[in-house]
Amino acid sequence: MSIALEDVYKPSDDVVGREFEGEIIIAPLVSGIGDMEDELFTLDDTGKAIWDQLDGRRSLAGVVARLTPEFEEAEDGAMERDVLGLVAELVARRMLVAV
Amino acid sequence: MSGGSDYVTRRKVGEQPLWQHGKPLLGRIDIELTERCDNVCLHCCICLFEDDEEAERREMSTAEVEAVLTEAAALGALSVRFTGGEPLLRDDFEELYLFARRLGLKVMLFTNARGVTPELADLLARVPPLELVEVSVYGMSARTYEDATRRRGSYAEFRRGVELLIDRGVPFVVKGALLPGLAGEVAEFEAWAATLPAMDKPPGYSMFFDLRGRRDCGGSAADAPPAEPPALCDAERRNATIRRVRLSPADGVAFLTRDRERYVKGMREFCTKFMRPPGDVLFSCGAGHGACVDAYGEVQPCLPMRAPETTVSLRGQPGGGGEGGPGGKPGGPGGGSAAAPATFDAARLRYALTEAFPRLRETKATNPEYLRRCAVCFLKGLCEQCPAKSWAESGTLDTPVEYLCEVAHEQARDLGLLEPGESAWQIEDWKARVERI
Repeated sequence: MSIALEDVYKPSDDVVGREFEGEIIIAPLVSGIGDMEDELFTLDDTGKAIWDQLDGRRSLAGVVARLTPEFEEAEDGAMERDVLGLVAELVARRMLVAV
Repeated sequence: MSGGSDYVTRRKVGEQPLWQHGKPLLGRIDIELTERCDNVCLHCCICLFEDDEEAERREMSTAEVEAVLTEAAALGALSVRFTGGEPLLRDDFEELYLFARRLGLKVMLFTNARGVTPELADLLARVPPLELVEVSVYGMSARTYEDATRRRGSYAEFRRGVELLIDRGVPFVVKGALLPGLAGEVAEFEAWAATLPAMDKPPGYSMFFDLRGRRDCGGSAADAPPAEPPALCDAERRNATIRRVRLSPADGVAFLTRDRERYVKGMREFCTKFMRPPGDVLFSCGAGHGACVDAYGEVQPCLPMRAPETTVSLRGQPGGGGEGGPGGKPGGPGGGSAAAPATFDAARLRYALTEAFPRLRETKATNPEYLRRCAVCFLKGLCEQCPAKSWAESGTLDTPVEYLCEVAHEQARDLGLLEPGESAWQIEDWKARVERI
């Protein structure tokens, strides 16, 4: 499945994203997401910043535009690659759905 | 920036730290949803009759349990253990289960499986608990099982519940209660357990049974056989039954050592790590680092610890500000105003973890007999003596439990740590003894 910058995504109802002291843990709610019964998923700092923006209203281009100033030390185009890469991975894991 | 393709990291709970900024205040919350049970097991230190209306009336409401779960999640808990009694007796079990899972909590369920319905098995398959369900087993035939549970038809319901879990692919493990019936069926039990998909090692057993920790004489814990002395109060009658079905220390050690090579290998590693005199600090265990909430909203430092001076009530005074217990202070067990209704405040869970339990862990023994024996006994690693068991047996936190002492000494003699007639607290060169094995 190709991910485009004009697409809009939101967290799937099949997972629960929990924030605790600034960190995100994603817990599967339905079967088939984790392979093992004791698995949870975490995001790195960039992933968390992106996850927080995936609200079902903002396009991925909007997410890139919003976050780029926050990661101004990054090379040109890095945020776009990260947004597209993370969304592709989360969609493949059934943690995000397109709106 | 991530710069790579691995934006998401799988974490196996228990093997890797999940939170980057340190350990949360609470890793797991234990909730005893009810003390009622549809079995009346001979050895059980908890169960009340399933139709005990007074107990049911006092239990936390759905909203109160949900408030506890929400607070636990806010404190960083990743999982909840639902236990009892039999947690499936609660009409709102599925609601509470889904509430916990939607908070992102993994759910550990302790059950006898009698109450597993097709609907519940479907739910556990569709919304997996992310922890193994643990099913208690009391016998491998209707006769032996129901000799233990004292409920006709319970064996068939247990088998039906287990078959539903298997059929729906819900991962579960089994554990045995070593009562006379199952003790004669261990080979059959373990052969069956080995066929269960999630059983990657032999089942565990409970055998050195605890007495009823409530130390109460009320409720419906009265179902002792007529052979017990009628003059005893309910809890005493129950405890008389438990004492009667406990394994003797010699039989217990014989069971533990039935695979001697494996036992000695495990004990060698264990003894090297844990054998030492505990001193006079009573809570040298993990009690109070986590939290257990009983069926009525008392936060306990561990599941068996019922002593009122160690618990914090979530049902404090109206408008209470988290100053509950322990020790029967306002808001503690028995505290609050008799005239005004209590208010339920799940935030007292934080108070228990940050103030009450840390103070509790500083408690020191004062009983001269404990100081003479337990405080200087190097068998601490083998002995199950703890404040909770002391409370259940004697009503104090620091009284040596003779049964547990005898079991530990029996094990120590078997391992060669003690000679016949020796008492472990009299051994000064205990380090040399440990090095022997």
